[in-house]
Amino acid sequence: MTKHWPVISLISVLLVGLVLPLATGASPPGFYVEVLLGGLMTGVLYSLVALGFALIFKASGVFNFAQGAMVLFAALAVARMAEQMPLWLAMILALAIMVVLAWLIERLVLRPLVNQEAITLFMATLGVTYFLDGFGQTVWGSDIYSIELGIAKEPVMILEGLFQGGILVNKDDFVAALVAAALVAGLAVFFQKTATGRALRAVADDHQAAQSIGIPLNRIWVIVWSVAGLVALVAGVIWGAKLGVQFSVSLVALKALPVVILGGFTSVPGAIVGGLIIGVGEKMAEVFLGPVLVRAFDLAGGGIENWFAYVLALLFLLVRPEGLFGERHIDRV
Amino acid sequence: MLYRENGQFKSSYGEDQQMLPILQDRRVMFGLLAFAFFGVPFLASDYLFLSILIPFLILTLAAIGLNLLVGYCGQISIGHAAFMSVGAYAAYNLALRVPQLSFLVVLVLAGLIAALVGMLFGIPSLRIKGLYLAVATLAAQFFMDWVFARVKWFTNYSHSGSVSTAPVELFGWRLDSPPEKYLFLLGVLVVFTVIAKNLVRGHLGREWMAMRDMDVAAEVIGIRPVYAKLTAFAVSSFYCGVAGALYGFIYLGSWEPLAFNLTLSLNLLFMIIIGGMGSLLGSYFGAAFIVILPIVLDQVPQMFGIAMSTATTSHLAFMIFGALIVFFLIVEPHGLARLWAIGKEKLRLWPFPH
Repeated sequence: MTKHWPVISLISVLLVGLVLPLATGASPPGFYVEVLLGGLMTGVLYSLVALGFALIFKASGVFNFAQGAMVLFAALAVARMAEQMPLWLAMILALAIMVVLAWLIERLVLRPLVNQEAITLFMATLGVTYFLDGFGQTVWGSDIYSIELGIAKEPVMILEGLFQGGILVNKDDFVAALVAAALVAGLAVFFQKTATGRALRAVADDHQAAQSIGIPLNRIWVIVWSVAGLVALVAGVIWGAKLGVQFSVSLVALKALPVVILGGFTSVPGAIVGGLIIGVGEKMAEVFLGPVLVRAFDLAGGGIENWFAYVLALLFLLVRPEGLFGERHIDRV
Repeated sequence: MLYRENGQFKSSYGEDQQMLPILQDRRVMFGLLAFAFFGVPFLASDYLFLSILIPFLILTLAAIGLNLLVGYCGQISIGHAAFMSVGAYAAYNLALRVPQLSFLVVLVLAGLIAALVGMLFGIPSLRIKGLYLAVATLAAQFFMDWVFARVKWFTNYSHSGSVSTAPVELFGWRLDSPPEKYLFLLGVLVVFTVIAKNLVRGHLGREWMAMRDMDVAAEVIGIRPVYAKLTAFAVSSFYCGVAGALYGFIYLGSWEPLAFNLTLSLNLLFMIIIGGMGSLLGSYFGAAFIVILPIVLDQVPQMFGIAMSTATTSHLAFMIFGALIVFFLIVEPHGLARLWAIGKEKLRLWPFPH
């Protein structure tokens, strides 16, 4: 019998925190919904990066620290190539580059390290992170670049009848969320319905068993890393369009780590739900909890969204180490 | 031939358990120490002191701290710069608010405060392990970055958030010239290395290594995981706290809020990967490597007359770091320390290898 009360109490504290600003009248409902939506939009992007992360972990057992660097690399590639050619062509070329990259990583990093401990593989991805950061900025340059998606950036008012003053929503945010959702749905179909998807899931369940029935491990790894590259590309383009393509993108993408912790390492739905929770949670914390903290402790400004996700993940780890949807892990000697 | 231990008989437990049981090792070590204490201060230039030797000594101390945790106890941390920052800010506030304290006391207290914070962030290690713990230590990194950037009390309400320290004074000895700083740091490092060496070969170190090799089995034979893991976090953070205080007071002098950021944490991790996990000697090698490589990368293109912007050099350094990490993990997972051991083994057999 597992004890559920710590999980339940943590979740209820979070829920209370979520409705508190509204209940106490600290914010007008329209503004509250705006913040909520903003959080959800960011959350979708976190989910996207976390998805690439969970995919790789599931299929190859590699804790891929380089996911953020891949996002930055893809975004840089698209931004710089789009200066020379139409955007769609740049994106296709960038995708090709990501596939080549996946193949190279499999060849040069994963294959020689097969059967090593998880920590060794993790450190190898740290090396890949540094390499990609340096390589990307050497090849593509290290200024701030922009990606023009051709979507109008002006905010749109919606639901003016429901809330006083309506709600401001950025059109590009909305499109981004839609694209991300479509990608997630597409990947789900790919995993459930296609032969390759089934092979991927088989590898994820048991490497040896999968190999023994003739699934080529190496090819599966290339495919998984390519899919992760695709996800990184989409995330990079959306983020690049929103924030500009610069080094900080890879730091933001690092937030995928707490997201997968929260959702459970091996779980695709976990990555999505975790991303939404972190996105909403940190936006709420920044907007509503931040000023309270600043007043209480006399701080020099808020900025708690820098660590909120990590500390939230830490608390979750304490009460439920396997995450929301993860499989319970049993140790044997 | 040159390095041969036959004929050296041990006739007491004391002799058998000394730190350097082989005569040649002892001679080389004493020679090295004598050179480091009495030769280097007269030979080295100020540039060598300030840009290589001083950061090397401090980062070695921090790398030893991280190695105790990662290499000996098997608990991975990618947030150890956070504990360095705790040490640095603790020392800053102690020196500022209790000015009559001697710097040595400040140093030890800063280490102890860092140890407390380290234990706090080590608590999750009791429930989670491996890669999950990596994320937990990332939380320490980002949280501490934020605390020292935002809570004004820690930076004594300075406007820019940066702090600066007075030159260190020990019993009336002002450390203001580079050779003096170097000698003080060298003394600290030697003391801490001897302590670490004896910790890891004593019962505590054996408990850590048992936890690292297989935690469930260690628990079965009666090692308390709570005790072993938390002491590892405490000792490791103590080392890093002291290193952080030294980094702030002696190397930087004044520093900005993000001086102890994620990059420094990752660099520490790289030091122990390249140098060798679970090896004190490796911490020295790794720190030397990470300190010297950027300087070499900066100098080599100039030597060949290729003009490169600093941005390009730093990106190239990133690439080379990354590639080297992967290379070392594949070719020699035990790092430079292992290469050294292989070399020594070869020397034993030379010139008649079997």
